[in-house]
Amino acid sequence: MTDRPATARRVSRRGLLTGGAMAAGGALAGAGALAAARPGDPGVRPAEPVPVAQVGSAVEPFHGARQSGVTTEPQAHAAFVAFTLRPGTDRAAIGRMLRLLSDDAARLTQGRPALADTEPELSVLPARLTVTFGFGPGLYAAAGLDDRRPASVAELPPFGIDRLQPRWSGGDLLLQICADDPLTVAHAQRVLVKDSRPFAVVRWVQQGFRRAAGAEPGHTQRNLFGQLDGTANPKPGTPADTAVWVTDGPDWLRDSTTLVVRRISMNLETWDLLGRTDRELAVGRRLDTGAPLTGRAEHDEPDFAALGPDGLTVIPDFSHLTRAHVTDDRQKILRRPYNYDGVPTPEGDADSGLVFASYQADIAGQFLPIQRRLAERDLLNEWTTPIGSAVFAVPPGCPEGGWIGRQLLG
Amino acid sequence: MPRTTSRRFLRPAALIGAAVLAASVTACGSSGTPSAATPTSASASADAAAGVLTVRDPWVKAADKGMTAAFGTLVNDGDTDVTITKAATEVSPMELHEMTMKDGKMVMQAKESGLVIKARSSSTLEPGGDHLMLMDLAEPVKAGDELSFTLTFADGRTQTFTAVAKPFTGAQESYAPGHGDSPMPEMSMSPAS
Repeated sequence: MTDRPATARRVSRRGLLTGGAMAAGGALAGAGALAAARPGDPGVRPAEPVPVAQVGSAVEPFHGARQSGVTTEPQAHAAFVAFTLRPGTDRAAIGRMLRLLSDDAARLTQGRPALADTEPELSVLPARLTVTFGFGPGLYAAAGLDDRRPASVAELPPFGIDRLQPRWSGGDLLLQICADDPLTVAHAQRVLVKDSRPFAVVRWVQQGFRRAAGAEPGHTQRNLFGQLDGTANPKPGTPADTAVWVTDGPDWLRDSTTLVVRRISMNLETWDLLGRTDRELAVGRRLDTGAPLTGRAEHDEPDFAALGPDGLTVIPDFSHLTRAHVTDDRQKILRRPYNYDGVPTPEGDADSGLVFASYQADIAGQFLPIQRRLAERDLLNEWTTPIGSAVFAVPPGCPEGGWIGRQLLG
Repeated sequence: MPRTTSRRFLRPAALIGAAVLAASVTACGSSGTPSAATPTSASASADAAAGVLTVRDPWVKAADKGMTAAFGTLVNDGDTDVTITKAATEVSPMELHEMTMKDGKMVMQAKESGLVIKARSSSTLEPGGDHLMLMDLAEPVKAGDELSFTLTFADGRTQTFTAVAKPFTGAQESYAPGHGDSPMPEMSMSPAS
């Protein structure tokens, strides 16, 4: 059953050795390095296979105080799967469901087939698979535990810019399934959906992607407008810790977080009508580097007071950057978005956008103030439309032998 | 390549170990036999799991009524063959079943001689193969339930293990009247819809 990972491990070890010289710069960038090297150059080794096996066999932890898939370096592929609990799925049934789903996740994330896995061959390459559980308001109600629901885990207030569709909104349970391999995501989704069937129905699925694993390591991701997306995320360490995680309280709250999933349709047709300058003014950043219009590098602090020759601020007051800007690290949100790209119309109009996923300790204290400012006045609203919205509590993780939600429901 | 999370790679041996532990195997000792007479006492097999066998990844198919089955991998780390003569659980009478080809189709039949797990080998109980059959559920086995099973061996020893109930559309057992002298139920091999 586990013969295959042994092969993967052997391949990846060889990859580590041959890739050693370039590992410092980013092991998987080695593909480019090898291709760029000329055969006649002295010291160039014969082309060896790129250590891609590392992508398939890499493992993220499942067990722990906090769930994986939040501060985990975002994987290349994601499926956000929201469920509606079937009528009569009570506290005990929710517990049985979460035991099954936690066991599936614990096995699959570690490269082992799930129990009763009908395609065990699809389970041996986890590719950094994570399965992150979120509880919607309806789950607390069904379990009779509404008093334990974090107050801000409730349907968001309506915003004037919203054009929400039921098919992308709400949900009692969310599974955020992420991996660097789309086949791994598909199999995990299949296994988890099958085990949820006695308890819940699928409400919506939103699939998304970023750059392939290793294509652009360490870089902020780009959305389909070509913008860098996530520059202002809280930096790892203490401030991010308190921005993302609930650090005290009863055991069903401590080490939890909250998740807002918004489906943002991006109108590539009207965006196409803009010149490059207007595009950069709308967001307040340069498209190539992501630097604020007053700076040179992506992470330069924007200077909102700087004036141009015309006497206007260099960064427009209604730019996305200005309206979304938060200085206090603890008030920031952790953006972990994925792009979606549906099928164009026969006329070629794109169906593209963002599965916007934002993690924060407190939706009311962190997400909502930013969202209100953006909804009120953000130049980007001209080309973007929220068409889906859902909120979830992301409960603490679980130790080996435990299950997600036990602190709440057990 | 900056990382915010630790990353590690698969270690198959460790993973197998984890799977074994997850099976929550317990030994019941030798019911009805003086412990002194037991040929292999617990202390003699300190390196093996506490049971006669290691039961790896056990599960049972959830069902509301009628028949269902339990599956898993039985590992015999000992130097002698082990024969399971009986399996029991609270919610249903049980039989040991095997699948065999008969008149060109797979049929299920009771294994009267018991299930033999050879020394230093393992036997997989799976849909379409050998399995522990629950013949008539007295109550529903719901997805996520944990059922306790007791195996009885030819030498009188017993062992219990716990299996979780999984929703599973395969392993469709349909009770069809046997042909002629065969009173055994047949297992439908039609693909699950």
